[in-house]
Amino acid sequence: MSIIANLNKAFENRIRLGIMSVLMVNDFADFKELRELLEVTDGNLASHSKALEKENYITVEKSFIDRKPNTKYRVTDTGRKAFKEHITALEKLMK
Amino acid sequence: MQSEKYSADLKEIRSMMDRSTRFLSLSGLSGVMAGIYALIGAYLAHQIIQDARNSMNYTYGFEDVLARNIGESPIQQLLVIAVVVLILALVTAYILTKRKAQKTKQNIWGKQTLRLAGSFITPLLVGGLFTLSLLQYELLGLVAPAMLIFYGLACIHASKYTLGTVKYLGWTCALLGLINTQFIGYGLYFWAAGFGISHIIYGAIMYNKYDRKSQYPLNHYT
Repeated sequence: MSIIANLNKAFENRIRLGIMSVLMVNDFADFKELRELLEVTDGNLASHSKALEKENYITVEKSFIDRKPNTKYRVTDTGRKAFKEHITALEKLMK
Repeated sequence: MQSEKYSADLKEIRSMMDRSTRFLSLSGLSGVMAGIYALIGAYLAHQIIQDARNSMNYTYGFEDVLARNIGESPIQQLLVIAVVVLILALVTAYILTKRKAQKTKQNIWGKQTLRLAGSFITPLLVGGLFTLSLLQYELLGLVAPAMLIFYGLACIHASKYTLGTVKYLGWTCALLGLINTQFIGYGLYFWAAGFGISHIIYGAIMYNKYDRKSQYPLNHYT
């Protein structure tokens, strides 16, 4: 039971899991990239990224590039640590 | 079963990490085609060198023949062949890869492609300039080894941004180049083995492993 307790509820959802996976191996990703990679709708991506931001696992930077709004996502140190623990817990459960 | 969900989650993590860093739409068939062009090119080069050798009554290695002809026609013909092979290979790779990218819905000009191109071109450019300086000093015996070694290093370097098989192609070319340094005068054969035969072999492996399936497998590309 103790291993299951190490699983992070914040990463239970497939879309959040995807967002974190992409951000772990990239310096940053913008909204469009994430949307294409995860094959999700705008609203879905926005609400799940907001949830991760609330947990302080990712940061969201909004800016304008050529007058078009651009949103960049990055993983925080807290998020990186939490996600690593989540992966370790998943791997242990598989054994 | 819960464990099925865990394993699916782990697969999803791997897949997303790879999809977001690697350009996975590289067509294996384009490797095979590049190899065929290289073999044709090597055959034509062989003919040109034979002709040059016959006309000069020369019995040494082909590099010696070339050394006598710098600035004259044979070496220019060889350079033209090399450039034509390169352009044909690149154009074919672009067309086939674009077709595959449409199938797998991966953007051909995404961040992954730029990273792949950057990590591939950098060692290749340095190696290309170095090879030109070998030509400049007429160290012709080292031209084929240098091309193979730098091309191999470029493949090894770029392989972390695309299909893992590219790494083995890189090692094969680099090793052939190193062995070639001990058999100066046989550069054309090593060149044909590296750019021709190993591209056909590894291209076919990639084609079998990734292209034939409509969707690339989640955990088969390392």
